[in-house]
Amino acid sequence: MENTEIIKVQHLAKNFGSFQAVKDVSFTVNKGDVFGFLGPNGAGKSTTIRCMLSLIKPDNGQIQLFGKDLNKHRNEILSKVGSIIEKPDFYRYLSAEKNLAIFARISGKDVSKREIAEMLDFVGLNGRNRDKVGGFSHGMKQRLGIAQTLLHQPDLIVLDEPTTGLDPQGIVEIRNLILRLKSEQNKTVILSSHQLSEIELISNRMVIINKGQSIIEGDVKELLNAQEMVVQLEVNDMEKTINVLNIRFESASFKQINERIIEVNIEKQLVPSLNQTLVQEGVEVHAMEPKRKLEDFFMKIIQS
Amino acid sequence: MLLKNTYNEFIKILAKPRSYLGIGALTLLVLLILFAMKADGKSFISFVTASFEQTLSFNGNILNGNLIAFIILQMLIVHIPLLVSLVTGDLISGEAAMGTIRMMATKPISRTQIVLSKFIAGAVYTFILTLWLGFLALIVGKWMFGTGDLIVLNSDGLVILKEQDILWRYGLSFGVAYLALLTISTLSICLSAFAENSIGPIVSTMSIIILFTIIGTLDVSVFDSIKPFLFTTHMASWRSFFEDPVPWTTIRNSVSILVIHNIVLVLIAVYKFNKKDITS
Repeated sequence: MENTEIIKVQHLAKNFGSFQAVKDVSFTVNKGDVFGFLGPNGAGKSTTIRCMLSLIKPDNGQIQLFGKDLNKHRNEILSKVGSIIEKPDFYRYLSAEKNLAIFARISGKDVSKREIAEMLDFVGLNGRNRDKVGGFSHGMKQRLGIAQTLLHQPDLIVLDEPTTGLDPQGIVEIRNLILRLKSEQNKTVILSSHQLSEIELISNRMVIINKGQSIIEGDVKELLNAQEMVVQLEVNDMEKTINVLNIRFESASFKQINERIIEVNIEKQLVPSLNQTLVQEGVEVHAMEPKRKLEDFFMKIIQS
Repeated sequence: MLLKNTYNEFIKILAKPRSYLGIGALTLLVLLILFAMKADGKSFISFVTASFEQTLSFNGNILNGNLIAFIILQMLIVHIPLLVSLVTGDLISGEAAMGTIRMMATKPISRTQIVLSKFIAGAVYTFILTLWLGFLALIVGKWMFGTGDLIVLNSDGLVILKEQDILWRYGLSFGVAYLALLTISTLSICLSAFAENSIGPIVSTMSIIILFTIIGTLDVSVFDSIKPFLFTTHMASWRSFFEDPVPWTTIRNSVSILVIHNIVLVLIAVYKFNKKDITS
């Protein structure tokens, strides 16, 4: 991974009247990152992203993109950025290709009709070029939004909740598309999403924001590996299992879900030993599965 | 980038059904007036000329295309602002309501250029509307009613203008009428920069016109000092070209007031749009 900083946000703050939407957000995105942007509703994710795209003027802090100050080099910077904020909105009374032509014309790069047709083909909207967007489904608009984002071949792609409202197939397609953009074109992607599994699957770095502040930032694998693991056990003897945990694994905490299932929060390296001990004590372990790590990690960070 | 986005604005205006509503309504209204004049224009004219018939004798084709154009302008110049603001009041706020302003504002085009391109597109639309009014009133009017001298009833009395002396007056009066309509267009675009929906700026524009017109017609001394500076006071300045001699100083004053209004309104819209947080 190259370590060229594509985005550097420092101590960003923004108030709307008396409401403090963003208090102190800082993070860095490097070239080639698929950067996860996590936070509960109202955490300040959208406001931060809008500040990064000059839709909202911050009250405080600094935003640098491609090593340049956003305020001073706005147009130069935005010519290298493609984005979807919340949902892509288009001119309902214009066709898909006319919509793309309109946005391409002000994207700072000359885009030919052939390129527009190819892009529509790329996002699976071939044959719908001349259809009015008013008749498009949400998924189709989302695809058109992706086409609009990529048409001028930006170096940085900002996707704010890109899979909202999509069916499972659409979600997988967007996920694959992001992975392709990273692997084939080495694009830098910022992905804000409520779908924690999405972030876990495709991001290499992330930041978690809560109540307008960045809480933690770093490499996804490192952050998750450093934490305790949550495993869900299905056993035949719950009493014996709890005894084993209390006596032999004092550092672990647990939560009984029902008569056969228990969730154990335990250090990763102790998991094989736990399994072995339970079997030695005569407990039948029918299933042992890790719970989604990021989900737990996220909840833990947010609740703390 | 300004030219490219202005081109975009034309595409949007041309694709919107409401843009044709104004032209359609204008056509219908003018055709209605032309039909009414063709059917009963003579009695309409005799009602106006009756009081002068004891001292003057009228010969020739009084009810001609020149007079028809004057009557149409007089009748419609009050209503066209609504048709103008219907399209221009939507140019910024309509995009905010649709969410497309967010998409535009993340592109490498300055906000000033976004607003200016909308003003240019609004100005061209208003020009086309004025030109269409001129064509219907003057060209179709002359085709239906023929040509002749123009008799205009002013506050000073009756003014008779020779046929050869009329065309340049119409040319300039349409120019001033356009400037007045352009002020309406600029006002509604300016109000559009403050709003997040289409209806607000259109209703506000019409409300301001009505309010200023009422202030202008009220014979109350407290308003006397502000009346000369209201743009509505100068909206009928096109009529001055049909006086003899033409009051050039008054016209120049009206044009200056309207131009100043346009400049100030554009500056307010640019300032507001540049300061605005786009949260839609």
